[in-house]
Amino acid sequence: MSHGELFLQGTYLIASILFVMGLRSLSHPDTARRGMIMAAAGMAAAVIGTLFHPDIHNYLYIAIGLILGSAIGIPMAMVPMTAMPQRTALSHAFGALAASMVGIAEYVIHGSSLGTVKLGALGLEVMLGSLTVTGSLIAASKLQELMRGTPIQFKGQQIVNLCLFLTMVTFFVLWLVNPDKAVFFYTMAGCAFVFGVLLVIPIGSADMPVVMSLLNSYAGLSSAATGFVLSNNVLIIAGTLDGFSGFILSILMCKAMNRSITNVLFGGFGAVTAADSAAAGSMREVTLDDVAVQLAYANQVVFVPGYGMATAQAQHAVRELGNLLEERGVSVKYGIHPVAGRMPGHMNVLLAEANVPYSSLYEMDQINPELPATDVAVVIGANDVVNPDARDNPKSPIAGMPIIEVDRAKSVVVLKRGKGKGFSGLENPLFFKPVTGMLYGDAKASLTNLTQAVQRV
Amino acid sequence: MHLLFQPMAFIASLYLLSEGGARENLAFNPAVLIASLYVFALAAFLGYQVISRVPPLLHTPLMSATNAISGISLIGSLVIGGSRYEHHQTLASVLGCAAVTSAMINVTGGFLITDRMLKMFRKKDATQKDTHSAEGKK
Repeated sequence: MSHGELFLQGTYLIASILFVMGLRSLSHPDTARRGMIMAAAGMAAAVIGTLFHPDIHNYLYIAIGLILGSAIGIPMAMVPMTAMPQRTALSHAFGALAASMVGIAEYVIHGSSLGTVKLGALGLEVMLGSLTVTGSLIAASKLQELMRGTPIQFKGQQIVNLCLFLTMVTFFVLWLVNPDKAVFFYTMAGCAFVFGVLLVIPIGSADMPVVMSLLNSYAGLSSAATGFVLSNNVLIIAGTLDGFSGFILSILMCKAMNRSITNVLFGGFGAVTAADSAAAGSMREVTLDDVAVQLAYANQVVFVPGYGMATAQAQHAVRELGNLLEERGVSVKYGIHPVAGRMPGHMNVLLAEANVPYSSLYEMDQINPELPATDVAVVIGANDVVNPDARDNPKSPIAGMPIIEVDRAKSVVVLKRGKGKGFSGLENPLFFKPVTGMLYGDAKASLTNLTQAVQRV
Repeated sequence: MHLLFQPMAFIASLYLLSEGGARENLAFNPAVLIASLYVFALAAFLGYQVISRVPPLLHTPLMSATNAISGISLIGSLVIGGSRYEHHQTLASVLGCAAVTSAMINVTGGFLITDRMLKMFRKKDATQKDTHSAEGKK
């Protein structure tokens, strides 16, 4: 091993250690920032080490890439927090694109001389990478509402998907047997691109947290496969960490919906709706002043945000109302369901942006025991995550999904744009319960008006 | 688990000592593959342990951080973009350049936005404490 090689491997070792330490620091918000700076330093070390790689002779293309990448990456870090899900999806697409292009380039350069094992890893890398690219782009455009968020389904969809998948695998095997036939390789890659599209179009926006986590996982595993092709440990380590992180998150998200990954991917949820629900009777509309009085004289108020808070950009208005109530001595808490919003942790980030301290943000399991002692639970643009049918009606499509049990609170106020059903199209018996009052209108406007009304009380 | 891994490590390192490094061959080298699988298995185990400890509060930053870290494919792209090849030089350079660009988007964008988010997570500030000490006046 030459000195140069030792230096290079040294930087990779440092990078690997810093990545792990960085992720470990994410176990607490107080240490998280320092840890991420360490991880970024690890990345810088690995990049600088690689720039001294003995094979690199021409820095022109590298410089173009680095500058162009920064020029696009930096503005992408400046998006508003409400756009976090689509930004992350887009970024998964870029990560996977890089991995698949490295794979394609390796094949173009070395061809069949890589040997079957490395070609196998390369094939996996390109397949996973390519389907993540198109899948993430579809997810991003659904989240950005460039295309409709409802599931797109057609007859025989599952059969088409299965056939496409089998074709992709067949060409992969054919190519492994005849690695010189580039046409097999490119057909496989093409199938993967199309498969990514077909995989994500039947999935509704409400299931995006699972899809985002899965795509995160695929992008990571694709990087790990690159590591196998290049025999590079830091790539394997970083890719695997990303792959497993996404995998764990997808499992957590599925658990929070009481559904299996197969059900999310192939169930086409939200397209079919079961009719029999306990939802009957009439909804009780309440006035702004009634709610204001209730809030002002409450001992404890719990806000339960959902995706509606993000679309209405109401996080700052919530915070203002919360502040005012705290000034009056009301105990204010925020109950966050794991799948509220469009990506894992979405609501936490929005509320943190609005300066809500993280000590006021409670997980579902922490807030549920507190609800019976809560005077007013305020539901802001959330629907399924507070739907009592999940608990009470075994026939409901969301039966068994753990919910935030706002109906156990002494009184519930639901902020809702209109009388229509929520995103999933399910009836929500919560709205018909005697304990519930409906406050219609734009969430942000309602909250701002409520703040003024509380001030008058 | 250890009982299983240790003999594997031993065999892998023996292989590496005997023939690793010395071979210039690009093709499949069983020792390197075993070592790589070993790293993969340990990284998976470690990843599971480390990431299970991240609270749901920080799941969005976790996702953007791991996304930034997986931009490590940047180092593979750098070598492709900067190397000289006998054949397909143009195609390799263009693919390398495009790969460097995409990976760099992930790295810069990912780390910057993760930091921006983590900056927002804070404990109760001073004014907040004041109102809390005043709690109970009602």
